[in-house]
Amino acid sequence: MVAENHTTEKNINVTLRVWRQAGPSQPGKFVEYKASNCNPNMSFFEMLDVVNEELTHAGEEPIAFAHDCREGICGTCNLVIDGKPHGPHKGVATCQTYMRSFADGAVITVEPFRAKPFPVIKDLITDRSAFDKIQQAGGFISVRTGAPQDANAIPVAKDAADLAMDAAQCIGCGACVAACKNASAMLFVAAKVSQFSLLPQGQPERDQRVLAMVAKMDELGFGSCTNQYECSAACPKLISHDFIARMNRDYIAATFRQTFKPKSAAVAGGA
Amino acid sequence: MAKLESKIPSGPLADKWSSYKSGALKLVNPANKRKYEVIVVGAGLAGASAAATLAELGYKVKCFVFHDTPRRAHSIAAQGGINAAKNYQNDGDSVHRLYYDTIKGGDYRAREANVHRLAEVSVNIIDQCVAQGVPFAREYGGLLANRSFGGAQVSRTFYARGQTGQQLLLGAYSALMKEAGRGAVSVHPFEEMCDLVVVDGQAKGIITRNLVSGEIQRWSADAVILATGGYGNVFNLSTYARGSNATAIWRAYKRGACFANPCFTQIHPTCIPVSGDYQSKLTLMSESLRNDGRIWVPKNAADCDKNPNDIPEDARDYYLERIYPSFGNLAPRDVSSRAAMRMCDEGRGVGPGKRGVYLDFADAIQRLTEDGVRERYGNLFDIYHEITNENAYKQPMRIYPAVHYTMGGLWVDYNLMSNVPGLFVLGEANFSDHGANRLGASALMQGLADGYFVIPYTIGDYLATQKPGSRPKIDRSEFAQAEENVRGINNRLLGINGRETVASFHKRLGHIMWENCGMARTKASLEKALKLIPELRAEFWQNVKVPGTGATLNQSLENASRVADYMELGELLCRDALTREESCGGHFREEYQYPDGECKRDDDNFGHVAAWEYQGDDKTPVRNVEALNYEFTKMSVRSYK
Ligand code: FES
Repeated sequence: MVAENHTTEKNINVTLRVWRQAGPSQPGKFVEYKASNCNPNMSFFEMLDVVNEELTHAGEEPIAFAHDCREGICGTCNLVIDGKPHGPHKGVATCQTYMRSFADGAVITVEPFRAKPFPVIKDLITDRSAFDKIQQAGGFISVRTGAPQDANAIPVAKDAADLAMDAAQCIGCGACVAACKNASAMLFVAAKVSQFSLLPQGQPERDQRVLAMVAKMDELGFGSCTNQYECSAACPKLISHDFIARMNRDYIAATFRQTFKPKSAAVAGGA
Repeated sequence: MAKLESKIPSGPLADKWSSYKSGALKLVNPANKRKYEVIVVGAGLAGASAAATLAELGYKVKCFVFHDTPRRAHSIAAQGGINAAKNYQNDGDSVHRLYYDTIKGGDYRAREANVHRLAEVSVNIIDQCVAQGVPFAREYGGLLANRSFGGAQVSRTFYARGQTGQQLLLGAYSALMKEAGRGAVSVHPFEEMCDLVVVDGQAKGIITRNLVSGEIQRWSADAVILATGGYGNVFNLSTYARGSNATAIWRAYKRGACFANPCFTQIHPTCIPVSGDYQSKLTLMSESLRNDGRIWVPKNAADCDKNPNDIPEDARDYYLERIYPSFGNLAPRDVSSRAAMRMCDEGRGVGPGKRGVYLDFADAIQRLTEDGVRERYGNLFDIYHEITNENAYKQPMRIYPAVHYTMGGLWVDYNLMSNVPGLFVLGEANFSDHGANRLGASALMQGLADGYFVIPYTIGDYLATQKPGSRPKIDRSEFAQAEENVRGINNRLLGINGRETVASFHKRLGHIMWENCGMARTKASLEKALKLIPELRAEFWQNVKVPGTGATLNQSLENASRVADYMELGELLCRDALTREESCGGHFREEYQYPDGECKRDDDNFGHVAAWEYQGDDKTPVRNVEALNYEFTKMSVRSYK
């Protein structure tokens, strides 16, 4: 989605209030820095790069922040800017935020994602490994590499494929968790669950997947969803909260079937 | 001199891989597989697919990534698609045609047998990815959709909107997570490989630095796989992720692995131009846009500052359509990039600094409507708008070439093993399949081919020669020495306490590389670079400033250690470019061109792979040569006219 921008061509000056924290168990605090003469076409990270250059010259430690692709797809970046995960604009990641989004003279508060399951490692960098654990619990289709059937032997209706793709766009950044007052990971989990439950390939493990991923999410201390939908609003890919409703239906159906499903008495092994 | 045995199987081209795989390759029995430990460094398409597949087979796998999770690797940013010779469109595609397009696209500098294998397994990749739940684009009938890409006259590219790399990577990541969940792979995030451990001439381990705690650790294994991507960030500005780096392959080079064809670098024609001095990265606009966009510059330099919409049709030069009528806007990347450069050199460039050309969708919007264009490319138009604050539905995009991919890399044989036994190299990190130029939508294909369908077979051939349980203990002197080496580098960097930042040195290096060894190279420019780079390197080691300590998360130190490697790699790249006295693919030497500006190859003297062998820090490396024997295809003049 395209951000609405201040249409200034003039360079601007801003003041940053940045969260500095030396390590996971150290206390953190806000520290003020000036960023002067910023070109409006500069990205927010390019502005931080410049501030870091100045800090380094001044003999101070630069601000640690997570970034990699700088094009909104890897999910590494994770800043809360003025209280909003990924900053002022909808549908973009922090790395896609440009200085033209800020007014000359603005005071900008910059913090890491705040959520119990994502502890701060240093300054603005958090540990989001909990997402890998959820994924390991069931975020896959169990096929071995080998010789599956020809790809076109599994037709998928275009609508289903498109909807699955809408869900699959998740970049795993964790903004949904940071935006939720309960630190719920429902949108992240729902996106993965829905991608597979919309596709024929995902059917055999459908019940097991949703039950296992939700159980793991609970175990890791993510909160519950109270339908505020701050998650979708903060999502850089604008993944719809409809997927949460879809997952809830899947979850209820799976729980029901799990309880009443006839089970085969056969055991593995044999002759 | 290193021994470079390509191990290409004999027999007809189309049978080589199948008969090799079913006959010549040694197997490891299932009970023994679990006794072998394999280290995989990197979890992009090649690394994640290899780690998952080897674990499925029963090997014990450790996978190391410097990212916080394996899902971040920069394969994720590939937009356009993945090639496969499925011929679903019934437009005359075949394994042979994909092979031929790829080897021709690479300007006849890749091995025939490798490229043919790649084309063969391309079809399995699509099957595999669909089975994993990758949501490829579909037609209304439910079948897979295709589009066309540069360098091909058939529609063989599979895609998932403009996020194909993301979807394929998440597919491989999900397979990796499946194996991690059952304990078959242990994943080590934030763990950056800093050295390779060679014991009795064989790769038997690595040294890593934990980027969070700063701890330096030793890891031993029966074999080591590097799948750490390319080295394009030696140019500083590129479409790579900022963290993409060459440290793993470079340090392996310094342990004896040959570096092949480093001068084969790809400059992608359609990127968003540089906007200012602060620029930290360049963003690609997918090549798929060239299916519907038309590239032009004003005929008259005086028109360059005008609003493009005010420039009449007959005052525009659609130069790709004019010069290459049969491929038009879909000419291969190297050809298109150089054409853009020539237009700007003639003074007909547009935008800031006059380094840009137009990519115009006005005709496509007429034909397909604005919504039709939005459906195909909406996310790309949005990215363009985000970055430039311009609406490409209303005025043409401005694009310019940027460093995008490196075809060179560590030398590997047909088994993807380097000349250091036990060290395997996959994906962009190796040199093997793209020759002097990679075609669009072929990188994803190669990464997954290597990881899913080649290494699972070929690694057994090496492991079968190793006694189960024979991997060395980490208290051996080779491990201690390698660990000391890493500590030494980091302590030196932290101790200099100079006056210039790492980023500033990186910028200066990138500038030297781009100016002298970029899209067009000459003997004089390369000799100049070979003088400037060692000077800059000496200055770096005297004057770089790396704040903080090694015992915590320290991004300055991470960058300093990567830039230190680029300072050496850049020199090798220029040396290779100077020695290769011909033009081919992405390597364009101005002295060797046809009157129309096309590449003039010299097959007699340079129809070979140059594999550089490290001799010590201040010594000139040795240039080994592997002859390319074209038995089945004629090396001909590559023409897209
Ligand atoms: S840095 Fe990759 S999404 Fe922002």
